[in-house]
Amino acid sequence: MRSAGIDIGSRAVKLVLVDDGRVVHSAVEDTGSDPLAVCHGILDGRGYDSITGTGYGRHLFKEHWPDALVISEIKAVAIGATSLIPGCRTIVDIGGQDSKAVALDAAGKVRKFAMNDRCAAGTGQFLEMMATVLAYTREEFVAAACRASCAQKLSSMCSVFAQSEIVSLIARGASKEEMAMGVLQSIASRTAALTGGVPVEEPVVFTGGCARNPCLASLISEAMKHPLRVPESPQTVAALGCALHGRRT
Amino acid sequence: MSTDYRPMWKELGLDLEAHDALLGVLGPLYEQTFTKQPNRPAGMKYFDFVMSEVHGLRIQELMDARKAGRKVVGTFCTFVPEELVLAVDGVMVGLCAGAEFAPELVEQALPRNTCSLIKGAFGFAMARVCPYLAASDLVVGENTCDGKKKGWELFGEYAKDLYVMDLPQVKSEQGRALYRAEVVKLKDRLEALSGRKITVDGLEAAIARVNAKRSAMHRLYCLRAADPAPISGLDALLANQVFFYDDPERFTGSVNAICDELEARVAAKQGVARAGAPRILVSGCPMAVPNWKLPSIIEGAGAVIVGEESCVGERGTQALTEIKGSTVESMIDGIVDRYLKIDCAIFSPNPSRLTHIEAMAKKYKADGVVHYGLTFCNPYQIEAGPVEKALEKKGIPTLRIDTDYGPQDAGQIRMRVEAFLERLKG
Repeated sequence: MRSAGIDIGSRAVKLVLVDDGRVVHSAVEDTGSDPLAVCHGILDGRGYDSITGTGYGRHLFKEHWPDALVISEIKAVAIGATSLIPGCRTIVDIGGQDSKAVALDAAGKVRKFAMNDRCAAGTGQFLEMMATVLAYTREEFVAAACRASCAQKLSSMCSVFAQSEIVSLIARGASKEEMAMGVLQSIASRTAALTGGVPVEEPVVFTGGCARNPCLASLISEAMKHPLRVPESPQTVAALGCALHGRRT
Repeated sequence: MSTDYRPMWKELGLDLEAHDALLGVLGPLYEQTFTKQPNRPAGMKYFDFVMSEVHGLRIQELMDARKAGRKVVGTFCTFVPEELVLAVDGVMVGLCAGAEFAPELVEQALPRNTCSLIKGAFGFAMARVCPYLAASDLVVGENTCDGKKKGWELFGEYAKDLYVMDLPQVKSEQGRALYRAEVVKLKDRLEALSGRKITVDGLEAAIARVNAKRSAMHRLYCLRAADPAPISGLDALLANQVFFYDDPERFTGSVNAICDELEARVAAKQGVARAGAPRILVSGCPMAVPNWKLPSIIEGAGAVIVGEESCVGERGTQALTEIKGSTVESMIDGIVDRYLKIDCAIFSPNPSRLTHIEAMAKKYKADGVVHYGLTFCNPYQIEAGPVEKALEKKGIPTLRIDTDYGPQDAGQIRMRVEAFLERLKG
C-alpha cells in the first residue's frame, strides 16, 4: 500500500510518499500565492492509495481532494517524529509562521502542546525578513551567524520593531554576523520560553523548516538545556507523519 | 425586520448610517452562526426572533416602559443586582460590548492594549450605535478590573447618567462590608431615580423573579449533561446572552419551554451532535453578543460545548438569592451574600473558581476545558496559568486560547482546537 502525506504550510508544500513503511519519494515546493496549484503540481503523476493532508491549507485541500484525510500539524509532527526517533518525548517545531512545542507520552500520544501567539515572531518568516534587512540570502544568513563569535542582543521580537532596531544598529556600525547571531539567539530564547508550557523530557526532537539551521539548533539546545535531535529531513516530518497516518487508517 | 424602527433610532440619537452598517453585519453573522446548525431545538425559534428584533422590538418595549414612567438601567456586569432595579419597577438591560466597532474612534480614547470588551463598549458608545445605551436612563458601572475602573472616568460622556459602584477586591469581612455599603448606596440611587421606595414585598417579588430566570437556566445547564447533548453550546450561550436583555418573565417562560423540549430529547437519546462527540467546557472571560467566535470554531471542529464557566454563563447565574428575613435590610444581606459568590477573577485570591470549573467538568462530563482569555484581560489571563496547571494535574486536559474580537487568528485557533480534540480522542 502506498500512502501520501502532504503538508501545506505557509511557506512550503511538502510531500512524502510511503510504500511498505519506506519513504519512496519526497518533495518540497514554495507555497507562493496559489497553494492549490502547487498541490496539483507536486502530486502530478504520483500514484497513492490514500492521502492525508495537514498544514494551514489542509481544509482547502480537503475541499478539492474530498477523499483526503485531514489531521492537525501537531498530530502529524508527532507521528512523523516518533517514527524517525522512536521514544521521542518532546518535539520543538519551527515552521514558516508557527512554532510549537509538543509533549508526547511513552506511547507517542500527544499529552500537551503549546504554540506561539498569532504573529509570526520567532518563526521562519521572521528569519527571512531579518535576512532581507541584513541583505543576506537564507544560506548566507546561516553562514554569517555561524561565523559570529558573539551575538548582538536584540530587544524586540516583533518583525517590524526588530527591523528598525537592526537598521539603527547597522547605522551604528554593528557587525552583520553578530546581528544574524542575535536574531537566532532571540528566536532561541523565545522557543525555550514556549517549551516551558509543556513538560519537556528527552529525547527532544527539533523539526520544521527552521531545523535545517544548525546554528539555531545549537542555540535552542543551549537555551532549553537539553540536547536536540534533528532528523535528516526536518522539513518533511509532518508530511511523513501524514503518510504514516494514512497507512494506519 | 418588518417594522420601520428608524424614527425610533433617530429619536434615540443613534447614528443611522453607522447603525445600518452594524445591523448589516450582525444579521448575516447570526444566520451563518446559528441557523445552519443541525437538529436545533424548535424552541430556539424564540431566540431567533429575539435576535432579529434585538435592536427593534425590544428597544420599542424599553421606550414604551419609559413612557409609562418606568426607568431603564443599563449595565455591563453581573455584580449589579438586578433585584434592586426590578424592585423599583425598573428594567435592567445589558449594554453592547461584544464586537469591535469604530476602532479608529476608540483608539482616540483608550490605549490600543485595552481588552476587546472595554474597547467594544466604547466603540458602540462613541459611534452611537447601541440603542440600549441610548435608551438607558441610568448606566451603572462597576469597579471590577483596572480597564473598566479607569474607563468609567471617560465613559460618562456617552451616557445620559453614569453611576459607578465600587467593588471589593478581596472576599473578606471588610470586602463584604464595602460591597454591602455599595448595594445600599445603589438602592438609594435607584429609589431617587424612580421616585419609588423599595418595600419588603417589592424586593421579595423582585428576588423571586430574578431567581426564576436563574433557575430556568440551571434546568437548561443540567440537561446538557446528557450524551448526546440535546442543545449546542452556541444555542446555550445565546440563551445566556439574552438573559441580560429580555423581559424576565418572557425569558424564563421561553427557557423553560426549551427545557421541556430538551427533556423529551434526552429521553429519546436525541442530540445535536453524535453520542460520544468530544465534550468541551469553556471557561474564562465573558462573551457578549455577538462574540460567538470561539464557540463557533469549537463546535465547527466537531465538538459540543456542554457548559460555560463564565459571567455570561454559569458563573453569573449559579447562585440564587436567598430571601433572608422579612425586612429590606435583611434581604439586602441575602443579595450581598449571593453576589459575593461570583468567582470573578478580579478577586484575589479566587480559589472557588477553580473548584467550580472542576465541578462543572465532572457534572457535564466534559472531556476537556478550553480556557478563554481576552487579550489584555490581566485578571483572567493571569489566572489561566494556574488554572491550566491545576486542571491538567487532575487529569482534565486543558487548552488555553487567548484572543480578541478580530477574525485574523481564526485559522490558528481552529488548528489548536483540532489538535486538542485529537488529543482528547487519544
